Amino acid sequence: MRTRQSNRQPVTDEPPMIQEPPGKPRLEPPSPMVQEAEPVADAKISVRGLNFYYDEKQALTDNTLDIARGRVTAFIGPSGCGKSTHIRTYNRMFELYKGQRATGEILMDGVNILDPAIPALSLRHRIGMIFQKPTPFPMTVFDNVAYGVRLRGGMSRSELEGRVEEALRGAALWDEVKDMLGQQGTQLSGGQQQRLCIARAIAVEPEVLLMDEPCSALDPIATGKIEELIDEFRGRFTVVIVTHNMQQAGRVSDYTAFFYLGRLVEFGETETLFTTPRNEQTEAYITGRFG
Amino acid sequence: MAGAAASPATARRRRVNAAVMGLSTLAAFVGLGMLVWILGDVALRGMQAINWAFFSHLPAPPGQGGGGLANAIAGTLALTVVAALMAVPVGVLAGTYLAEFGAASRFGAAVRYVADILVSAPSIVVGVFVYLVMVKPMGNFSGWSGAVSLAIIMLPVVTRTTEEMLRLVPVEMREATLALGVPYWRMMMGVIYRAAAAGMVTGILLAVARVSGETAPLLFTALNSPYWMNGLNEPVANLTVTLFNYAMSPYDDWHAMAWGAAFLITSAVLALTVVSRLVLARTHRQ
Repeated sequence: MRTRQSNRQPVTDEPPMIQEPPGKPRLEPPSPMVQEAEPVADAKISVRGLNFYYDEKQALTDNTLDIARGRVTAFIGPSGCGKSTHIRTYNRMFELYKGQRATGEILMDGVNILDPAIPALSLRHRIGMIFQKPTPFPMTVFDNVAYGVRLRGGMSRSELEGRVEEALRGAALWDEVKDMLGQQGTQLSGGQQQRLCIARAIAVEPEVLLMDEPCSALDPIATGKIEELIDEFRGRFTVVIVTHNMQQAGRVSDYTAFFYLGRLVEFGETETLFTTPRNEQTEAYITGRFG
Repeated sequence: MAGAAASPATARRRRVNAAVMGLSTLAAFVGLGMLVWILGDVALRGMQAINWAFFSHLPAPPGQGGGGLANAIAGTLALTVVAALMAVPVGVLAGTYLAEFGAASRFGAAVRYVADILVSAPSIVVGVFVYLVMVKPMGNFSGWSGAVSLAIIMLPVVTRTTEEMLRLVPVEMREATLALGVPYWRMMMGVIYRAAAAGMVTGILLAVARVSGETAPLLFTALNSPYWMNGLNEPVANLTVTLFNYAMSPYDDWHAMAWGAAFLITSAVLALTVVSRLVLARTHRQ
């Protein structure tokens, strides 16, 4: 690695993604993908040749990686590198917006979920999502957690109450809100609101949990609580977390993917990627030299 | 100040400052003073006419004294409620279309533009329009035509407020709901309308407040009546046209009744405005 550092221009046959006007310093195109041989033994999701477009502008180019079942995978990279765009293809959130489209394959348990024959609604029943900004619904704490469960129906009141308690315990929020289940969810603190959203997502027992920068609006203590939760989710859910915070990626994840300019630059076990990155752009990013 | 000998430029600035401040303060007092004068005059004279009979009796012939405006109060309430029942569902749905589906479309832009024109259209134009399309073909003045003309005035207000309030709901709230596998219509019913409810209610109350003071559209449609309302197929007594007629009459006891009607309408509009502010404030505190 160190010996390659002087070689500033990585050898690549890929065309540059962004054409800057002549005279301006040009962003280096992402170097070819570096991946460990068979990094993921048991894949819950296998992404194959994923491309993504905002109208004509290509935002993701040929992303291929495996998300390990029951483990935590972190996506890192500078702003605008496509990590959020990538995660939003897994539950087809992009379909809400005109002009956004994805090509390639995302195989979940072997089935291509980008196939229009798969209804997005049932897909989203299996894949929960946590967003950057806590989004409690304008209803009580109880109703917030029960919302998704009620949607699926077929539950008695006592079963529902049990499920809500279980979800709130799972989100480490039960002890703080058990006496105020009838209060508005919006009255909780920011960190509690985010855990409420996590409780709402896990109450429906999804298989996959997508987290798009879940801690970026939270203080360090609230962030620590969320990270503990992610740790507990290991084995129960397949977690994919987008983060700007490399320390966080190092703390919580088993696997890390580094994105740059819409390409997956390096993917592997978190420890390996952080200690001995094989790509110089990855190394530059994780050592804070750009991004 | 330490520098007692101010330069001529500083002294000039001070004089200009004092003059402008004095003029703007005076203007504020003039504006506020007119408002206090109007409200005070209406309250002082109006309250003298307010008594139990005012709310319970039919109008008395001039010179006889006594009597009340019970029929006009009931008629105004009926016209406003029927107008709201017509305008609110249409307005909420149109506002939903503008915010959710037609946001970027050419048709949506056209609807929004027309609504904005309609908001500032003189209400007498609406009255004449309803006269031509309803009163004349049907052959008589009626409560229905009065309610329709009020509904037309309410419609653009409700539409645009609904749109604005739905747009204020953060996009994250929509995505978080849909990410649970919720169909779009259930997201609207269960989460988005709820999040926008306070603002929408405020818009509806303000629209009601606006039409409850309208006279011109009713002159051409519901007209007026000295009797109790007998269905909406006939002319319906209402406060604003009664006020107009009584104020134009030469009789002192009718003038007193007109002041009473003015006071009642003003109080009702004030109450609606205050309530709508409270609704909004209560939700924003959360």
